[in-house]
Amino acid sequence: MNAPAKPKLRVATASLAGCFGCHMSFLDIDERLFPLLDRVEFDRTPLTDIKHCGPCDIGLIEGGVCNAENVEVLREFRKQCRVLIALGACAVTGGLPAQRNHLDLGACLSEVYLTGQGMEHGLIPNDPELPLPLDKVHPIHEVVKVDYFIPGCPPSAEAIWTFLVQLLEGRAPALGHGLISYD
Amino acid sequence: MTDTFLLDGVAVPFAPGQTVLQAALSAGRYIPHLCYHPEFRPHGSCKVCTVKANGRNATGCTLPAQAGLVVESETDELRALRQTLVQMLFAEGNHFCPSCEKSGNCVLQALGYDLGVMTAGFRHFFPDRPVDASHPDILLDANRCILCELCMRASREVDGKDLFAFSGRGLDKRLIVNAPSGRLADTNAELGDKAMEVCPVGAILKKRVGFAVPIGQRRYDKSPISEQALADAPRPNGLKGGGT
Repeated sequence: MNAPAKPKLRVATASLAGCFGCHMSFLDIDERLFPLLDRVEFDRTPLTDIKHCGPCDIGLIEGGVCNAENVEVLREFRKQCRVLIALGACAVTGGLPAQRNHLDLGACLSEVYLTGQGMEHGLIPNDPELPLPLDKVHPIHEVVKVDYFIPGCPPSAEAIWTFLVQLLEGRAPALGHGLISYD
Repeated sequence: MTDTFLLDGVAVPFAPGQTVLQAALSAGRYIPHLCYHPEFRPHGSCKVCTVKANGRNATGCTLPAQAGLVVESETDELRALRQTLVQMLFAEGNHFCPSCEKSGNCVLQALGYDLGVMTAGFRHFFPDRPVDASHPDILLDANRCILCELCMRASREVDGKDLFAFSGRGLDKRLIVNAPSGRLADTNAELGDKAMEVCPVGAILKKRVGFAVPIGQRRYDKSPISEQALADAPRPNGLKGGGT
């Protein structure tokens, strides 16, 4: 009889205030997904559509924190994941959504929903189902402790793959020239 | 016999008047630096080139080379210090690389890559800073300014125009334009000025050339700044080095 297979590492992913570009870049590891799936299994992620995160070894967070729901999801990930990774420019720096940070949130909402062209009968959305926007957009390390950061908009598939392989092999992940990118 | 000092245990020769950083670069030894520019008098403000000389921290760009000086540069302590300095610069300004025309040609960004800076770490300031697009050929974006004074030095010393100055203190310190209106359009700034060429970040940009060289084919995409700095360094025998 064969030796029992090594237990797989559980991985969860989420996109907060992001564009899913980092998830797309992750999928760009292409056929390397197969060897990866020999080593890991997915918990909560848009790929499985599981809605809540169970105990996991690695959590990958795309996107910054722009509303109350983002805070809740991020805290759930921090609670459940042994290693939490900020994936991409928005999670690491706030990114594009944070470009509103020097503006007043009320003024932004007014311009978009009330005073903008064609908004004569506008209304600022206030359905209780909608998460409340935060005053400012934050990189995720301003809300929870983050173990690793992979910058890039998005990080290349090569960078994500290199990083994950080193982590899965128990080495301290390091990306060299050409793989660290802020844009 | 030429005088030498020790840099991380290796003897580095120097010419009279050279600083530790200048001598190191000429000898093919890289010390990370940001506000230093070979064509201008060293300024010593960014502190990225900090080394330990005879046990004391000093900026390599301003420290005169002396025979027998014992200099440490490539240590974990100094590397961590340099990383922190770069992180603070990123956290203090609005350095949104994905939308910046300078990306790939930016010294601050290239230093971050080379020093392995994966995050700015600190709480980001997200300051509210102005953009001056008044000049027909030149864009001035204070969001990216790191106060290195290179444009000030170039405008004063090379162009003889004195276009830029600092105003305010501490967190309020900012680059201003020397015109009653404060607008670059109301000065005699020209595209060919040295001041418009030396900005290490994307604070001063020439208009209408933004992405003429595509992202991925730019200066620091090809090789890290540590290699390029050595390739560009003046060599005593007039030969251009190719890194070591």
